[in-house]
Amino acid sequence: MKKYSWQPWALLTPSLSAIFLLLVIPVIFVVVYSFWLRAPTGAVIPAFQFGNYAKFFEDLFYPSILFRTIRVSLTCVFLCLIMGYIPAYFFHRSTSRFRQALILLVLLPFWISFIIRTMSWINILGTTGFLNHLLMKIGIISQPLSLLYNEAAVLMGLIQFLLPFMILNIFVSLEGIDKNLLEAARSMGCNEWQAFREVTLPLSLPGVSAGCLLVFVLTAGTYLPPMILGGPGNEMIANLIFSRVIGTLDWPFGSAISVILLLLLGTIVWTYNRYLGINQLFKAFKGT
Amino acid sequence: MFRISGWSLIRLFTIMVYVFMFLPIVVVIILSFDTQQFASFPMRGFTLKWYVELAQNESIIRAFRSSIMLGVLAAFISTSIAIPAAMAFVRYSFRGKNSLNTLLLAPIMVPEVVLGVSLLLFMRFLQQPKSFTMLVLGHVMLTLPYVLLIVQARMVSIQDVYEEAAKSLGANPFQAFKEVTFPLLVPAILAGMLFAFTISFDNITATLFWATAEHQTVPVRIFGMLRHSISPEINALGTVMIFFTIMLPLLAAFMIRYFGRKKV
Repeated sequence: MKKYSWQPWALLTPSLSAIFLLLVIPVIFVVVYSFWLRAPTGAVIPAFQFGNYAKFFEDLFYPSILFRTIRVSLTCVFLCLIMGYIPAYFFHRSTSRFRQALILLVLLPFWISFIIRTMSWINILGTTGFLNHLLMKIGIISQPLSLLYNEAAVLMGLIQFLLPFMILNIFVSLEGIDKNLLEAARSMGCNEWQAFREVTLPLSLPGVSAGCLLVFVLTAGTYLPPMILGGPGNEMIANLIFSRVIGTLDWPFGSAISVILLLLLGTIVWTYNRYLGINQLFKAFKGT
Repeated sequence: MFRISGWSLIRLFTIMVYVFMFLPIVVVIILSFDTQQFASFPMRGFTLKWYVELAQNESIIRAFRSSIMLGVLAAFISTSIAIPAAMAFVRYSFRGKNSLNTLLLAPIMVPEVVLGVSLLLFMRFLQQPKSFTMLVLGHVMLTLPYVLLIVQARMVSIQDVYEEAAKSLGANPFQAFKEVTFPLLVPAILAGMLFAFTISFDNITATLFWATAEHQTVPVRIFGMLRHSISPEINALGTVMIFFTIMLPLLAAFMIRYFGRKKV
C-alpha cells in the first residue's frame, strides 16, 4: 500500500466530481428546494418555510400513502424472506450437478428489463390472462376474476423483481458458514433440524438482514409496479413524487416528499449500519 | 424420515419459486406469437407478424437507436472514470478512503425516483433543458457504482508486485499501468462495460424523468405503449428485449469465467 498525498486524489477526481455534480449537489438542492414557496401562479420563490411539509401532514391523504409504502415494503420483505430462504438453502445443500446452473438461472431475472418483468404479470393476471384461463379450464371458476390492479398484483411484481437480491444475499452468507461446525453439531447428537436451528440459521442471519434491508429500501422507492399493476388506491410514495413533479409541476412539494422518503430510508440504513455494518450488503455483489 | 420428506418439500418449494419467477417471462415469449389483436388466452394461432410490424415501426427503431447509443456512451464514460477510482482505492491508503468508497456506491442505495427528481430539478434550476447529454450523465451516475465494484474486485486480485517489478525494470508509473496492470484488468473492464450497458439499457424509473420526447429509450417507449393495453406487439418487443439483455450478461459471465481461470 503506497502513501502519496496527491496521487489517489488525482485518480479519484473524475468519479468524485461526477458523483458530486450529479448526485450530491442535486440532492442537497432538493433539500433546499423543499423549503421554497410555490406561488399560485406556479412561480417558485426562494424562502425558508415548512409549508410543503405541513401540507404533507395536513390531512391523512399523504401520510396514508407513506404508511401504505411502509406496509407494502414490510409485506414484501416478509414474503421475499420466506420465498428466498428456502431456495437459498436448497442451493447451499444441494449436491445436484445442475446446482451451478440453477444458481445462475436465479440471477437471470436481474438482467431482464424491469418494465418487461412488470408488464409480464398483465399476461398472467389479466381477465383473459393465463391464471384465469387455467382456473376456468379446470372448472374452479366460471367467470374470470379481476386479479389485476390491486395490491396483491403489485406485490407479485415486486417479489419477482426483488427475490434474486434476497436469495443471493442469503446464499452468500450460507456458503460462508464453516462446514465443520455443522459436522460438529451432528456428531454431538443434533438431528438435521436441530443442527439447522442451532448452527446454520443463526450464522446465516447477516445475509438475511442484508437481504431484508435491500428489499425494503428497493420496495419503498419503487415506482413501476404500483404504476402498472396497481389500481388508483395502490399508489406508493414514488408515484406521488412522480405525479407532483411531472404531473402538477409542484416542484417544492415534490422535493419535500423526496426528502421525507430519503429521511425514512436514511434512518433505516443508518440504524442498520450502526448495529450490523453496511459492508455485508456489498458481499453479495462481490460474490458473483 | 425428516431427511426425505423435508428435503423433497424444500426441493418442491424451490421449483415453485422458479415457476413463479419464470412463468410470466415465458408467457410473454409465447404470447408474442399469438395471432389475436389483444394478448389473451387461449391462443388462436402462430404468427410472426408482430415481429414484422415491430421491425417496421419507426418510433421503436428510433428508441432502440437511442437506447443503444445511450448505453454505449454511459458504459464507456463510467468505466473510464471507474478505473482510476478503483486504482486509488486498491493501491493507496489515504484519509477518508472508506467513506469515499461508500459515497461512490451511493447511487445504489438512493431510491431511483429521488435520483431522477434531484438531477431533473437541479438542471431546471441551472436553466438547462432536458437533453440527451443530461440523460447520458444521469446514466453514468447510475452505472458507475456497479462498474466500480467489478473493477475494484478484480484489481484486488492483481498484486501490485507485478507493477513494482515493471517499475524496477525502468518503466514509469504510466508505462507500468499500461503494460502490466491494464492487460490483466481487461476482462473486468469488458465485464463492467457490458454490465453498465445492460443497466442503462434496462433503466426505466430515472429515465422517465430525464428522457426527452425525441430521445425516448426502449423501456420508456414500452411504458408509453402500456397506457393503452397490452398487445402482442408489446410482447414481441419484450421478447426481443429479453434476448438482447440476456445475451450480454451471459457473454460477460463467460468472459469473467474464462479469463478468471488464468490466475496470475
